[in-house]
Amino acid sequence: MKKAYIRPLDLRHGSVDLSHGGGGRAMAQLIADVFGRAFDNEWLRRGDDGAVLPAPAPGERLVVATDAHVVSPLFFPGGDIGCLAVHGTINDVAVMGARPLYLAAAFIIEEGFPLADLVRLVASMAAAAREAGVPVVTGDTKVVEKGKGDGLFIATTGVGALPAGCELSGAAARPGDAVIVSGTVGDHGMAIMAQRENLAFDAAIRSDTAALHGLAAVAVAAAPGLRLLRDPTRGGLAATLNEIAQQSAVGIVLDEAAIPVDPQVAAACEFLGLDPLNIANEGKLIAVCPAAEAEALVAALRGHPLGRRAARIGEVIADAHRFVQMKTAFGGRRMVDWLAGEQLPRIC
Amino acid sequence: MKYVDEFRDGAIARGLAAAIAREVEPGRRYAFMEFCGGHTHAISRYGVADLLPPAVRMVHGPGCPVCVLPIGRIDQAIRLALDAGATVCTYGDTLRVPASGGLSMLRARARGADIRMIYSAADALALARQAPQRQVVFFAIGFETTTPPTALVIREAARLGLTNFSVLCCHVLTPAAITAILESPEVRELGSVPLDGFIGPAHVSTVIGSRPYAHFAEEYRKPVVIAGFEPLDVMQAVRMLVRQVNEGRAEVENEFTRAVTADGNLKAQARVSEVFELRREFEWRGLGLVPYSALRIRAPFAAFDAEARFGLDYRPVPDHPSCECGAILRGVRSPVDCKLFGTVCTPETPMGSCMVSSEGACAAHYTYGRFRDIPLTAAP
Repeated sequence: MKKAYIRPLDLRHGSVDLSHGGGGRAMAQLIADVFGRAFDNEWLRRGDDGAVLPAPAPGERLVVATDAHVVSPLFFPGGDIGCLAVHGTINDVAVMGARPLYLAAAFIIEEGFPLADLVRLVASMAAAAREAGVPVVTGDTKVVEKGKGDGLFIATTGVGALPAGCELSGAAARPGDAVIVSGTVGDHGMAIMAQRENLAFDAAIRSDTAALHGLAAVAVAAAPGLRLLRDPTRGGLAATLNEIAQQSAVGIVLDEAAIPVDPQVAAACEFLGLDPLNIANEGKLIAVCPAAEAEALVAALRGHPLGRRAARIGEVIADAHRFVQMKTAFGGRRMVDWLAGEQLPRIC
Repeated sequence: MKYVDEFRDGAIARGLAAAIAREVEPGRRYAFMEFCGGHTHAISRYGVADLLPPAVRMVHGPGCPVCVLPIGRIDQAIRLALDAGATVCTYGDTLRVPASGGLSMLRARARGADIRMIYSAADALALARQAPQRQVVFFAIGFETTTPPTALVIREAARLGLTNFSVLCCHVLTPAAITAILESPEVRELGSVPLDGFIGPAHVSTVIGSRPYAHFAEEYRKPVVIAGFEPLDVMQAVRMLVRQVNEGRAEVENEFTRAVTADGNLKAQARVSEVFELRREFEWRGLGLVPYSALRIRAPFAAFDAEARFGLDYRPVPDHPSCECGAILRGVRSPVDCKLFGTVCTPETPMGSCMVSSEGACAAHYTYGRFRDIPLTAAP
């Protein structure tokens, strides 16, 4: 028999059109040839509307997190929207202390989007999922009219299993606790900004986008009294620490000199008048733990490839106003506030 | 960062702080105005105030470009975009300054106005060349630092014979503003606002040089020290001002010798005077009508003057009655004296212009310093 009587998709020069979201043959073909091929696994192969998953081990609880990705540009040094969509959601599950198990993904594609780019991005996403050991078990595709989207948006949802006894929470920080960051801050946001503004540096600033569940597991194992983990994405370190201060009803005092910042990121921030503490990260953890466990936690993080520049950057204090303050390297003090308005649009 | 970190060194700062503390005369108080928003920002961001002895008080001046922009000028830019359908380009923070009718340029954009944020005047010109069917207006704001680039794009537009590019010129002049402060009743009537000297602008002075400040030192007997925008520059300038006050001198001194000369940038000055001339008067937020304090486009370049091209008239609009931005810009009040500060006026919802830019006195205090106003207490 002749193979299928179907004209294959032109994955080199073709582009997505409305028929690819229309529920007809074209849509089935796009799903099979682009998404099915890249993500291939037992759940997708069944072709059902949902994935049937095994129950977690006795005593374990489920953790669910979801994240929509709308970054512009879609490709940036160090990554792209595809791997970012995998890492972002895995990290949200991982900072709860859970072991990420499965992902679901929804794609909103703008009419006219080049199929070659779609294939590249989906391949990047599939590679990231495979590397993390977290399969994409179900998904959805929609196509919107030209001008109604910006190329491609990806929303992902992650499911993870939380071991019994693990109770990390943003509300758990206590006065006297140590604040730790797993590495340099501001890399992702500045990589995007540099790309957008055509800033040229000796070596391109690369996004730190990475799946952090391995590093999170190291942190959980190293500090039995670990209070919380967070990934400081949009709004950067400043926003995340302010969230923790609000949730836990405490203050935080940072030591500016201890906060790791890549020299190129620092230079780019200087040039653009930005503060690295406000800039997004996609591959960093913030940990809060009892002061007595801080040294062991920093050492353990440094032993992992994604935590080599981990540092203790501050402490939690009692403060009814829930202010985040910083001892400046210059010798003064200032607040580290939430960002007012947007600093960089569409960063993740 | 080379050539930057050297000027933020904590060890040198501690040494300088100790030197200032030694030189301050017992029982004497010193109030210095930093004119520029760049200095205000540096003082707040690095916590410079913590390193100065209690006898030295820094008064924030009006040198924040968006802070001194009156509501009427923002209204003009919004009218151009909403009513005349022009594409209006301007620098970042200008978009958030509150205007009449609950609008700002950002909110006008949400209503469909074509308003764009640009990083350089050249971006506006490039846009006009790319979109010949659109009228592109560059809403030009700022002190002497941002004026030469505007002059250059107007010359370039003239050379290219562009018919779809114009400039809404709101460029203002630093010396005129300092004069207005020194002539204000609060400062002249001795005692109500003590002002013992000025930290002179950094970037502005690279263009205009140190000479224009001689008048203030001589005529008003106020020392001026021109300083760079790094925190050590500010501290060194404070030390030089303390010395001048102690020795009864009132001179123009230059701390920022790595960038500022007596004459400034003559080439830039020539371009500016080729394209611009003095306005007889201009409304400043906080300072009111200040004579010969701003620039307008000269007649040979009138084709690129948005006020002429679109027949714009200027309608002054009073500030919110409780807003203290005016007094704050004159150094008469501090942000916490304002009833609106931190209650209805916050960086997310600014009522007055000083809350908009991070160089504004209110935004700088809110973002970096408000913990000082409230004693630290443990959670109950």
